Amino acid sequence: MKTLTGAQMMCEALLAEGVDVMFGYPGGAIMPFYHALPEYPELRHILVRHEQAAGHAAEGYARTSGKVGVCVATSGPGATNLVTAIADAMMDSVPIVAITGQVVTSLIGKDGFQETDVTGITQPITKHNYLVTDVRDLPRVFKEAFHIARTGRPGPVLIDVAKDVQNARGVFEYPESVDLPGYKPNYDGNRRQIKEAANLLNQAKKPLIMAGHGILLGHASVELREFAEKTGIPVITTLLGISCIPEDHPLSLGMPGMHGWVHVNRAIQECDVLFTIGARFDDRVTGKLDTFARNAKIIHVDIDPAEVGKNVITAVPIVGDAKRVLENLTEIVNANEHSEWLNHIRDIQATRSKRQRDPESGMFTPHHVYAEFTRIMQGEFRVCTDVGQHQMWAAQLIEYMKPHTHITSGGLGTMGFALPAAMGVQVACPNEEVWAIAGDGGFQMNLQELATVVQESLPLKICIINNGYLGMVRQWQELFHERRYSATPMWSPDFIKLADAYGIPGVRVERAEDVAEAIQQARSTNGPFLIEFVVEREVNVYPMVAPGASISDMFEDPSEVEIEDVVAVK
Amino acid sequence: MFAMKHTLVALLRDQPGVLNRSVSLFRRRGFNIESLTVGHTETPGISRMTLVVDGDTTSVEQVIKQLYKLIDVLKVSDVSQDPNVTRDLLLVKVYAPPAKRSELMQLADIFGAKIVDVVPDAMMIELSGSPEQLDRFVDLIRPFGIRELVRTGCVAMTRGASTVSGPYQNQEFRAA
Repeated sequence: MKTLTGAQMMCEALLAEGVDVMFGYPGGAIMPFYHALPEYPELRHILVRHEQAAGHAAEGYARTSGKVGVCVATSGPGATNLVTAIADAMMDSVPIVAITGQVVTSLIGKDGFQETDVTGITQPITKHNYLVTDVRDLPRVFKEAFHIARTGRPGPVLIDVAKDVQNARGVFEYPESVDLPGYKPNYDGNRRQIKEAANLLNQAKKPLIMAGHGILLGHASVELREFAEKTGIPVITTLLGISCIPEDHPLSLGMPGMHGWVHVNRAIQECDVLFTIGARFDDRVTGKLDTFARNAKIIHVDIDPAEVGKNVITAVPIVGDAKRVLENLTEIVNANEHSEWLNHIRDIQATRSKRQRDPESGMFTPHHVYAEFTRIMQGEFRVCTDVGQHQMWAAQLIEYMKPHTHITSGGLGTMGFALPAAMGVQVACPNEEVWAIAGDGGFQMNLQELATVVQESLPLKICIINNGYLGMVRQWQELFHERRYSATPMWSPDFIKLADAYGIPGVRVERAEDVAEAIQQARSTNGPFLIEFVVEREVNVYPMVAPGASISDMFEDPSEVEIEDVVAVK
Repeated sequence: MFAMKHTLVALLRDQPGVLNRSVSLFRRRGFNIESLTVGHTETPGISRMTLVVDGDTTSVEQVIKQLYKLIDVLKVSDVSQDPNVTRDLLLVKVYAPPAKRSELMQLADIFGAKIVDVVPDAMMIELSGSPEQLDRFVDLIRPFGIRELVRTGCVAMTRGASTVSGPYQNQEFRAA
């Protein structure tokens, strides 16, 4: 029997779970763990500059690798700095395990130095969490935490370990299985319901597939494609579902919702069966709920039973894993074609596409940047976006060809996400080209991570779309708040000099003609590179559904914004 | 769907924070909980929670599904539709000068309540029964002058030999 310290047990447990990298920041209450770390060279530790970035990096790692991301912080401020990233992971169902140090057991509840009740704080934003006050619990807790994080509907799990527990010694026996009688995810959809879904799809005249993050989380891209090709049903992809089907696939239509395409939203409103898989009917997708897909019977596949029937009335609910349900469905569903329906949608798209895709003449807009991205990269890159206008454009305008190539903060909408998340993506895919695309606002929320990028020699390419505003807020102010640009004009430092201070080469681009060259320069640079695109200041994201309005009512320029839309904002 | 009361019974693992997790869930999701009681069961390590929820069927379904998402929740049953026994416990301290005492004692007797404390001008009465019974009793004694009143909230058990604590996993609402 080997006896180990709690800290050593934590490292052994991480190894047993297949962890090879973690993102973290040391501090008083987690020091025993950091003391043990050098004994485990297989565990790579990446020192971030702020704990929030550790969380997002773990998310980026998890979102691309399909493995559990790990982040580490100390008690108190270290732990509270993780909160935003944990909430982000919760909203987007990302499997991460957050390990935090806690003050010694005897000080817990006494307002000890750097004490916060982090299990209390993170209760509503974790799938589950633990406070470990006995070293004997450590192996079981780690086993359970990783199991809970990666199975069923994935999500963040937090383990808070008291400092004296990290120092205590005990026998380390890592359990082979978990005993959680209250946690038994259902992977196989109910056979009768799957049959019912097949019948409904067989009879449908205008069926539509809405694919969400669940396809990517469940690694069901291939199964989705096979199902769509057999049935001939067109596929729309939610913001987090982007890249689950190649965007040049004849059945791929694009994104629905607030900044989705007109033809996609129209297809939702016209379809007779909406087959939704791994998506949760977010308000940014549905718009005004009681007008959403009103002609459709909805089939909803989700691994989380609580999602089924939460927002919309479902004709056929199926609780199960995307991959398995799709496999079973593909087997029994009739081969079909829906060319008339598809052509109808493509016709709508054709009348709109020019306005949607083409940048306004004479201006340097983000559209130029994204068009060049797609042209130059040929789908061979991974993109992490931040939150705001540039995020919506990146979702609309760049073409994604392979799964897990579009990583974004969809549910929580966390500004500052792109750079740290891209670090995690780059660590997961060291030999691939990873781009962090951020606005001038979001970039300044976590720009300290440039130091981490350099210290860890991550060859990240960073792209800032600088329009001198908090662009999306400004757009709403323009459209719904009488153009009162309250607190949205934003001064920025010289980003190129800033990058230079960190030892990162960069270039500023102010004309559409120079975009391609800058991108090529970034690609040919061995190591990180930063490009600042100084674009037209007041360009809006269109098409758009006003918040609270029906997705039937889209507008494509400010003149189409009607009073009702503005009223609906309230 | 019309609003009605639902009685839910949940079995929980006795883990630190499990009650807080449940209560926090109700708060966060905006569920309207009328009463909530927790206590031990015949099985060590397993607690039983009885919830009375005010709402239509859809939101009750969401309450059940969301409860199932908590790792330490083993089983949740809506027993409202089954024949069941529901009990609430009341302690009430009522103004009772000697002249009123016998009248109060008669009322207590009719309801099967117990007098558990008597002092010269007050009386403490204990009554257990269905929430409606308790409401009626409280209405009757209110004119005497209630000084203090406490109720535990409901506990419930279905009639017959079957139990809610049978198999913990309910196919329909299994946690993800």
